[in-house]
Amino acid sequence: MFSWCTDPDTLEGLAWLSCYLTTGKHMAFYRSFGTVMVLLLVTAPVALAFGFAGAMAARSHFAPLSWLGKGYTAVVRGVPDIAFFLFFVIALDQGIEYLRHRIKCPDWSEPIRQGNDFVVCPAAKMPLSTAPQWVHETYGFALAVITFAIVFGAFAANVLYGGMRAVPRAQMETAEAYGMSRRQAFWRILVPQMWVYALPGLGNLWMILIKATPLLFLLGVEDIVYWARELGGSKTSAFTYPHPDWRLYYFLALLAFYLLLTRVSEILLDRLMARLTHGQATSGGKSTDKGLAI
Amino acid sequence: MSIRACLDTIAAYGLRSIGIGERLLPKRDFTLCEHFTLIGSGLLWNLYFGILAIFFGFFLANAIAMAKANRRWWLRKPAEWFIFVFRGSPLFIQFFLFYEAFVLLPKMGWDINLGFTEITVETRWLTRAWLGALIVLILNTTAYSAEIFYGALKSIPRGDIEAADAYGLTGWKRYKRIIWPTMLRLAWPAYTNEAIFLFHATTLVFFSGFPAWRQKGDALYYASYFADKTFNPFVAYPILAGYFILLTLSVITVYGAINRRLNRHLPQEKQRRLRVRPNVIR
Repeated sequence: MFSWCTDPDTLEGLAWLSCYLTTGKHMAFYRSFGTVMVLLLVTAPVALAFGFAGAMAARSHFAPLSWLGKGYTAVVRGVPDIAFFLFFVIALDQGIEYLRHRIKCPDWSEPIRQGNDFVVCPAAKMPLSTAPQWVHETYGFALAVITFAIVFGAFAANVLYGGMRAVPRAQMETAEAYGMSRRQAFWRILVPQMWVYALPGLGNLWMILIKATPLLFLLGVEDIVYWARELGGSKTSAFTYPHPDWRLYYFLALLAFYLLLTRVSEILLDRLMARLTHGQATSGGKSTDKGLAI
Repeated sequence: MSIRACLDTIAAYGLRSIGIGERLLPKRDFTLCEHFTLIGSGLLWNLYFGILAIFFGFFLANAIAMAKANRRWWLRKPAEWFIFVFRGSPLFIQFFLFYEAFVLLPKMGWDINLGFTEITVETRWLTRAWLGALIVLILNTTAYSAEIFYGALKSIPRGDIEAADAYGLTGWKRYKRIIWPTMLRLAWPAYTNEAIFLFHATTLVFFSGFPAWRQKGDALYYASYFADKTFNPFVAYPILAGYFILLTLSVITVYGAINRRLNRHLPQEKQRRLRVRPNVIR
């Protein structure tokens, strides 16, 4: 990186540190912070869409669809999210390969589950074994995004369902009185108004999503936790930059990163909420209350 | 699979997660019975972590919440920072961080005389899940619960406090008789969620640095063991899910009973039913 980094053995102090912190692996470490941000920015809208679909299903008058929507939220909330992450990554992968197998190799006669193996024809492998490395990484990342979206979609569905129910009933009755159909009333009256009620819950969900991102590590993505363990582990003199076990410092850096991220989100969400509830007769308006003297 | 063979399996693996019974885990041809037994055995760890963390966390959280509500800055600031750090960062990172910190501690031991017996307390216990992870979970749930209790303290109706003042209640007595019960009553629905998600969070322990010594792990550890060996996630994880749904239902039952007791003086229509909301998972 820097001109003085050609011979690390002769370096000391800050010069050593500046070279150490700009090695290729450290650059990959810094890029993995970008991975986390990309995951957050991609997952949030996808999970919101899943949640919206779930909430609509739960509101449906068609009973099986309503059960599906309610069951989806109930099961995901009753079970640890990490179990879902571990489950969906394999299940989605096998499901996709199974479908491709049925389409691409219709005359394959051997069973797919052979004892402890899951065998599909080579053409159905996903991604193909000949695919370049970046395809494998992108595929793994995409699976992670879908898994996050499924789990957080269920939470979002719950929040949005609550938001929809919080819209005053009179609003919908007025819409009906004006002769709107159910569909029109839903899209023109309910959906625009529900966001104010859903926002505190959605903001909460965003914080939870931020704090769930290190679970990427368990899904096999080379994320910040992976690199912190990799770079922090003690390096013998066989390495260019030998150092003792520094994992503690790397994890402290991750802690600081997450604290910053949640703090900034919190401030922005508070501002948004203050703007939306400004002048409204909700509990948000009572902020001048100094609280109890205890 | 006969019932008899299944009973044998339960005898061999029912307490495997705490080191009693068969040493070797089954290697192939896993039966449904083995799935249920081992994952259920692992659930003991989830119960151990969850119950102890909630127990100790409850008392600590009361103290921290009171500190945060205090006017004196040297009590308030540390409490605010503690809550901020533990609520603002992922539990997963906290596990890693504390594990690395515990590993770096010098290996020491102290003899403690309990009168009837003498035990040696050693720092290397901190690197084991049963103590190290428990400490992290206690600190974590303390922070989340303290924030809930603090919020409840702030929403105690002013009239209640004024009434207590009017009756001449002061200090400890006022706290014990009026403030604390009201705070608990107001905080209880949110605190129920915290308990549920704390039990869920216990599944992270063996995936975050703390090693499963001699393959003694929790329910998720065994579920992922089966899923890795069979490459089939459709058996082990649904069983785990079933166990956790049962666990969640029992938590709701217990907390619901306490909730009814806390609200027993209120007229029927004012007693709120517990609603589970995902507002405090990590």
